[in-house]
Amino acid sequence: MTDATQNAGPMLAADGTPLKQSLARSLRRQKLRALMLVAPLLLFVLFSFIVPIASMLFRSVENGIVQETLPLTVEALQSWEENSGELPDEAVYDAFVQDMVVAVDNKTHTRLGSRLNYEETGMSSMFRRSGRKMGKLDPETDGPFKDQVIEIHEGWGDPQTWAVIKTHSPAVTNGYFLNAVDMRRTPEGAQAQPEDKQILIKLFGRTLFMSLVITASCILLAYPVSYLLATLPMRVSNLLMILVLLPFWTSLLVRTSAWKVMLQQQGVINETLVWLGLVADDARLVIINNQIGTIIAMTHILLPFMILPMYSVMQTIPESYTRAAKSMGATNWTTFWRIYFPQSIPGIGAGSILVFILAIGYYITPEIVGGTKGVFISNRIAYHISSSLNWGLAAALGTILLAVVLLLYWCYDKIVGIDNVKLG
Amino acid sequence: MKATKTLLTTAAVAIAAGGVSAEEMTIVSWGGAYSKSQLKAYHEPYSEKTGVTILNDDSSAEAVAKLRAMNEAGNITWDVVDVVAADAIRLCDEGLAMEIDPDTMLAPAPDGTSAADDFGDLLVSDCFIPQIVYSTTFGYRTDLVGDTPPTEICAVFDLENYPGKRSLEKRPINNMEWALLCDGVAKDDVYDVLATPEGQDQALAKLDTIKDSVVWWSAGADTPQLLADGEVIMGSTYNGRLFSVIEEQKQPVAMLWDAQVFDLDGWIIPAGLSEERQQRALDYIMFATDTQRLADQAKYISYGPARASSAPLVGQHAELGIDMAPHMPTDPENAKNTFLYNYEFWADYRDDIDAKFQAWLAQ
Repeated sequence: MTDATQNAGPMLAADGTPLKQSLARSLRRQKLRALMLVAPLLLFVLFSFIVPIASMLFRSVENGIVQETLPLTVEALQSWEENSGELPDEAVYDAFVQDMVVAVDNKTHTRLGSRLNYEETGMSSMFRRSGRKMGKLDPETDGPFKDQVIEIHEGWGDPQTWAVIKTHSPAVTNGYFLNAVDMRRTPEGAQAQPEDKQILIKLFGRTLFMSLVITASCILLAYPVSYLLATLPMRVSNLLMILVLLPFWTSLLVRTSAWKVMLQQQGVINETLVWLGLVADDARLVIINNQIGTIIAMTHILLPFMILPMYSVMQTIPESYTRAAKSMGATNWTTFWRIYFPQSIPGIGAGSILVFILAIGYYITPEIVGGTKGVFISNRIAYHISSSLNWGLAAALGTILLAVVLLLYWCYDKIVGIDNVKLG
Repeated sequence: MKATKTLLTTAAVAIAAGGVSAEEMTIVSWGGAYSKSQLKAYHEPYSEKTGVTILNDDSSAEAVAKLRAMNEAGNITWDVVDVVAADAIRLCDEGLAMEIDPDTMLAPAPDGTSAADDFGDLLVSDCFIPQIVYSTTFGYRTDLVGDTPPTEICAVFDLENYPGKRSLEKRPINNMEWALLCDGVAKDDVYDVLATPEGQDQALAKLDTIKDSVVWWSAGADTPQLLADGEVIMGSTYNGRLFSVIEEQKQPVAMLWDAQVFDLDGWIIPAGLSEERQQRALDYIMFATDTQRLADQAKYISYGPARASSAPLVGQHAELGIDMAPHMPTDPENAKNTFLYNYEFWADYRDDIDAKFQAWLAQ
């Protein structure tokens, strides 16, 4: 006691450094060693996962193409008032021809045309057609250009064309996000798309709705199965478990194609129903190439993701609780509802999150059995990535999808609590 | 230390193996029976002659997207790519395909006619070397269409006489043209009408009349499957696929050649290959598109060779031994009423009409 009061100062370690400092150093070394161990995985995830996703998401706002292809024109357009209703002056046309000659030489003008065509139909053909003639002009000697350019394509004599170029010249744009919610960026500000082009909001809604239906039907089907698996003797339940796992290990494509064989109008289900006389031969059920087909096939495919977490949670519920409840006079229903069910909720939660998040981004199954009415937003993303090549819009749709999933996850956490989720 | 060394060596070996070795080239095509015909007619004889190993990739359906991605990444892994004419035009316009001079880079016909004359109008782009003429046409189930089998295209829109499902491709190309033709538009005016918003609405309105009876396909193998299952009574697909259903699988299916739409398929070489790889690709192209080789491909699949000088050399099917000429879309008996597909129109209007069509489908 007296020693401590005499040496009023920091406590020292054996080597003379303050104990606090020495402790921190050894802790830091430990942490560093742990970090080194996970470093390979961390780097792998960073380079193969996070960087590509981030760069893909960045495409949803990136719009350098107008500036890069038409640098002089964009600069010349700064002084032009797009709402004046008048054509830009000679300087803009002059800059435009200079830019186009370079662009045609590098063949970048067609890409710019495709880009602007997303905003204003007809731009793509205008750039393609004008490029062939404009590439032959000499910016030094052939001027002035205003009349020549309008002569090449009348579209260049429409102030709207220049307004579109000016509107979309900033290097960062919200245009793709507006497109993704059925709106568009115009010189007058954000406006709704024409009605015959509005499909994306509807598709988002359908994706959410169908994912919910699939999750719900998975819960209904999986609950009794998991209960059975958890309560039967080990020997029997292991056998039944194999029946759950076998389809789970089978290729996704094989299972989906099998559903095609089952569900089509000349398929197994319809044939059986007709043979049994339940359905008339000329009134076969239409259960494929629509929403029903997608719901049936996806419920089957995602079912194991519901059964497995439910089963592992139900296994841990002690039987003595239900026995105790019954011994005190509870009916079967009360025992289930008051004692068993609340304890199985963490399993339902875990299964639902797995199934719902998998379902919302599903792509192959809806593509094969969904027809036109049973497809998801992810099919639209795939279409824009590989067919229409509108990667910006695809990235915007993907970003929104990601945000929706995170938002729902957050809501779930607030309402049910993520601590209540148990995978085993 | 030793472990690190082994790791480094493994990595080095993996990198070397992943890189393109001197004696390998990657050729991209459509897969299935079509790739098989190319393998037999072109790849095998070429490998035998030069010792080059040919790697197949079946990604042609996504060729434009993938080439664009490779170009942006600056790492082009394909040497020769098989694409349809419209994609070739698009790739050439965007500078993703190399320009080819037919007279110096392609073999002349045996009688000395230059390649440019031999291919004639089929050289639709500076970067494109056509191989085959194929057509998109209809097949129908002979046992399900009743006593009067359809003879003309408008049967597709005639639900009264031909009730049942039909399969159509999930894109506007061809469907819009057929719809207008059957809505009374003259053949020569189809593209003028289709260039206007009213014309596009007219075509969609015509398609609306059968929308509930349509199964939409996106892979060439879908319609043959649907026909074989009896799931649809008629459907559009590529004529080679129907040939295989009818002749090779002996299904009760017949061709409806009326208003078949001709299209071209051929090679492009990606722009930006190294000098050495480019040389090899050109050498392959020169070999694979000569008169005899193009005629050889027709032994394995019922697509017409793109060279005028190849047509007389088309013989019999390699396995079935039947004459191939009557099964070609270009055969006079089949080509009585054909529809010429306008590549440039679709290059210009595709973005616009696609958007409308997809929205219409979803509604």
